[in-house]
This record gives sequence, structure tokens and C-alpha cells, in this order.
Amino acid sequence: MAEGLPIIRIKEVTKRFGQTVTAVDDVSLDIREGEFFALLGPSGCGKTTLLRMIAGFETPSEGQILIDGQDMSKVPPNRRPINMVFQSYAVFPHMTVADNVGYGLKVTNVPKAEIRERAEEALELVKLGGLGGRKPDQLSGGQRQRVALARALVKRPKVLLLDEPLSALDAKLREAMQLELVRLQHAVGITFVIVTHDQNEALSMANRIAVMEHGKVRQLAPPSELYEFPNCRFVADFIGKMNLFEGRVAGVSGEEVLVEVQGLGRFSLPGEGEASGEVGIAVRPEKVRLRREKPDEDMVAVHGKVSEVAYYGGSSFVYVTDDTGRTISVNQQNEARTAEPGVTIGDELWCAWKPRDSLLLRA
Amino acid sequence: MESWRKNPVVFWLLNLGPAFWLFVFFIVPLTIVWVVSFGEKRGIVDIEITWTLANYVRAVEPLYLEIFWKSIVMAGIATLACLIVGYPVAFAIAFAPERLKAILLIAVVLPFWINALIRTYALIAVFRSRGSINFGLEWLWEQANGLLGLIGLGELALLGEKFAPLPLLYNNTAVTLGIVYAFFPFMVLPLYANIEKIDRSYIEASLDLGAGQWRTFFSVIFPLTWHGVMSGVIIVFVPALGAFFIPDLLGGTDSQLIGNVIERQFKSANDWPFGGALSFLLMYLTFGALALRAAVSGRKQGLEA
Repeated sequence: MAEGLPIIRIKEVTKRFGQTVTAVDDVSLDIREGEFFALLGPSGCGKTTLLRMIAGFETPSEGQILIDGQDMSKVPPNRRPINMVFQSYAVFPHMTVADNVGYGLKVTNVPKAEIRERAEEALELVKLGGLGGRKPDQLSGGQRQRVALARALVKRPKVLLLDEPLSALDAKLREAMQLELVRLQHAVGITFVIVTHDQNEALSMANRIAVMEHGKVRQLAPPSELYEFPNCRFVADFIGKMNLFEGRVAGVSGEEVLVEVQGLGRFSLPGEGEASGEVGIAVRPEKVRLRREKPDEDMVAVHGKVSEVAYYGGSSFVYVTDDTGRTISVNQQNEARTAEPGVTIGDELWCAWKPRDSLLLRA
Repeated sequence: MESWRKNPVVFWLLNLGPAFWLFVFFIVPLTIVWVVSFGEKRGIVDIEITWTLANYVRAVEPLYLEIFWKSIVMAGIATLACLIVGYPVAFAIAFAPERLKAILLIAVVLPFWINALIRTYALIAVFRSRGSINFGLEWLWEQANGLLGLIGLGELALLGEKFAPLPLLYNNTAVTLGIVYAFFPFMVLPLYANIEKIDRSYIEASLDLGAGQWRTFFSVIFPLTWHGVMSGVIIVFVPALGAFFIPDLLGGTDSQLIGNVIERQFKSANDWPFGGALSFLLMYLTFGALALRAAVSGRKQGLEA
């Protein structure tokens, strides 16, 4: 796979609707050839607008979009080397599956025999071989989505855009389809750009993720970096579960920052920057351990009372209310096979973690 | 929604009014006309029901069959014209900005606030020899003539000695235009409702797959609005088939439609039995059109299913 070259360049793109709404606010990013790219964010963050601008259904108010080096500002959707899978799938109800898949070839005057061949091939690719004669209303939601996929892929686009492709599927099917999409992307080697509000979807499928909020890209990074090194409170909170504490910087020495948080005391963690100011201190629930005894001095520790236990089979979430009223969530793996509950509501204990497992958030 | 149907008392209480209404004002008169159509005229007001088929035999005489046929053709042409003009209008309204939409819809429905008869009379004022259109044309003729005079060609009288008004009124074209005007909203509204409902992503998907605007219209939008087209066609065609005051007011001597013939039987000719027979033939014809529609959409559904 020839990764690295940008296939889509988004340069300082802004999209305003009317005078008051700025859906996309000065976004610049490159999407590399062959990668599985995700635009992730809560609803209304501008991710779909950005995707629709790439597809050509919206025009940027400012800025420029280049696809494969070509400026797209004057290119209508039907002349762009990209195809889209719509959230509603938009499989034409008045055409058979084969006609749906062949539609994009037929309108560009591909010979009939070739259309039939390529449509059948595309249907095989999405595991719908032999269903070409069916009408869309004879298919399940998952199958309809595969038709939409085949219909887009049969055009051999440079980029495939997917707008919330899994949101209409039930949980089991969604998981299967996540793997399926990754398999497909490897099979065809086309750049995939997916829009989703589901962080699990983005984390499990994408090579790189752009997290958006209020029309801006907050962080663009591979999934593990996004999870372990979020650069701001928003990303930290949006991706996975996070315990956030407000504190302040007490000093900086080399690559360590000394922070002070009420109830947690003073401790050093990796970081840099100014030696003062209010900061967020974050720690993931699975990095926190529960202790009956007061932990060693080299651990960050806070005393509290178990207020709730949520059992998920493989793991449990334990919610501890500390002495100042904050709730800390702790993820415990249920490693040993026992029906005995490890902790119960009302237990008094200590939450502890290594200082370097916590994160300094200045933004 | 199911429960009220299961409760017989509620069901009957709710439906008694409409049922009574339909019975007294629809079933009963219709039955009277049906029975009368098998009668014979005896004197000025007396009709004897003899269960004769003579009225029907007379109704299918070539003279009347020709009028039936002409009515079908004219209603068909008017319906087609309504569709061709109405579709773009409905389309434009469906895609208009939200605020403009309401105004445009009102503009389409507005003529309904005026009595149909008055609207038809208004058309006379537009179409007649000394009506708005001919006045406009005359003005153009004068300007053109003046222009020719200016460049020295006035003497040749290239455009004729005198402006000759176009004979726009009292012919079949006037009748067709009158029908189109009268039933236009009936075409636009179901089409609008249908076009409005189309999921925009179908259109975007078609564009995304490389189809141009026209291709998208004929391959995706039009087929998806087929039901609206059929509804509009039926709603316009059926009343157009029975139109009588429009041909009466706008038509010439050869513009008699079946509606006029029927009207005459009940009024000036005072031949109710024959009028009844013609009415029922017209109704059977309408049923035929509806059955055709059901068959066509049924087949389409069969393909879709």
C-alpha cells in the first residue's frame, strides 16, 4: 500500500450556513492514500458537512479541497473521482440490486457486458453474489448497505466516503460490519473516509482519526495515541472513559511537571510548558487500582467510598465517591472465576495509580 | 388505532354520520338515476320503468360514441398538458426554500377561492377577439409595423393591411386550455406531495455515481414519483372527462363533450332515461380508467415486491 501521499488535501476550509452558523471552521488536514480515515465527533460538530464538501454536495465558503492534486471547487459531484455510501444507503427502490450496482457504470456509458461482469464481481466482493435479481425491499438492512457499498466500489473510486454507515445496524451486525469494512478496504486498497459519532467504531477501524468539535479539528492522531495521549479535555472526555480532576501547576523541572490537585496532593508527571496555571489531570479507569490499605507514597491515591458497581462480565466498573464528593470510575478486570463480588457498595477503600499514568491537559 | 374498530358501538357511532350522508346523497340518487336509465319517457314528467335497454342502445350509437371518444381524447390531452406544465411547477415548489414554499403553494391554490364559473368567464375575457391576448398581440403588431415604417418598409404591408385577431375562443383549444386551467392544482398538489417526500439522498446518490442532472431526473426522480403522477393524472382526467360548463362557455359548435350531452338530457331535452344511460356509461368508463391505473401500479408493485 502506497501510504503517505495525500489523496485529499483540505486547506483552510470554512463552511458557513447563513450568517450565524459556522459548521466547519478553518479546517486543514491531509488524508493519505490507502488509509482508513475517520472523522469523529458528536452530532453537530461539522464532520458530515466536511464529508459532504469532499463529495461536492456542499461548497466551502472559504478554502480549498484538492483530490489527487486537483482543485475540486469547480467540479460537480458527478465528476469527482470519489463515491459515497449514504447513511440511509439510498439504494434505489425501483431498481433491482444488479441495476443499482450497475447504475454508476451505465450512466457513464460502460458497455453492457462489462457492467454485468463488474456488477456481479462487486456483489461477490460484498458477499451478495447471486442476489442481483432481487429488489431492495426484499433485502435486510445489512444487505442493503452491502448493495450501497458494492454500488460505490464498482466505480473504482480513488476515495470511498462513508457517512455513518453502521448507525442503522443492530449491535451484533455493527461489530461484524466493522471487521468487514476493514477487510474490504484491504481487499480493494482504496482510501476510506468514514464519518462517525461512535468512538469504538473509529478506534477499531481507522488508521487515523480526526476528532472534531464545533467545526474544528481538536486532534488528529492514530487511535492508540488519541486514547493514551489526548491533547485536550474534550478529546480526553470524548474518547473512552476518563476521570478528570482540576488542579494547578506548582512547578516544572526538565520533562516533569509538578501539579497539585485537591485531595490528591502534589505529584510529578511527564509534561512541559509554563510553571503555573490551571490544568486538567486525567486518568483512565483501567489505570486505577483499588486498595484496601493506604498505598505507597509513590502512587497517587485518593480515599473514598464505593457508590456503585456496574458488572459487565469481563470487567466491572466501580464508582468511588471520594471525600470531596468527586466520582472516580475504576475499571477492574474480572480475571479470576468467582461468583464472589470483589467490592460492594459502601466499601471504604483507596483509588491509586502511578503518577506517569495520569495525563496533563492544558487545553 | 385498532381498538376503535374492535369496539362495535364506537365504530357505528363514528361511522353512522358519514354512512348516512353517503347513503342519502350518493347511493340513493345514483340508484334513482340507474333505475331511471331503464325507463321510458311518458309525457313531460312521467317516466315508466320498463327495464328497457333502449336508452343504452341509443347511447352507443356512433353519434354518441364519437362524442365519448372525443371527450376521452380532449380530457387526455388536457391531462397530459397539466402533467407537463404541473410537474416542473411541483418540482420547483418542492425544492424551493422553506419560506417561499408556503407562498407558492398558496399561489397554486388561490384560484380555488374563486368560483369555477367565474374563473371560466375570466378566460373568455382573456381569449376573445377583443380580449387581453389579442390586445397584446395587436400592440406588438403595431410596434412591429411602426418599426418597419421607420426603416422604409411600411409601404409593403408585410404584416398585412390590418391586425387580424386570432380566433382563440370558441374552439377545442380554448376548451382544452380551460380544462387545464381549472384542474391544474389537482395535478400540482399530489405531485408536490410526492416529490417533496423523496429522500434527497437518492438524488445525491445518483449524482455521486456520475449521473448528470437530466439523467438523475429521468432515471431516479421521475420513477420515484410515479405514484404521484398516477394520482394527479386520475384526479385530473376523471373530472375533465365529465366537464360540461367549460366546453359550454369556451367551446364552439363542435366542442360538445359528453358532459354537455348529459346535461342537456336532464335539462333542455328533458330525457332523464337517456341522460341516466349516458351518465352510467361515463361512469363505467371512469371505472375502467381507475381499474387500468390499479392494474398498472399493481404490476409495478409486483415488480418491486
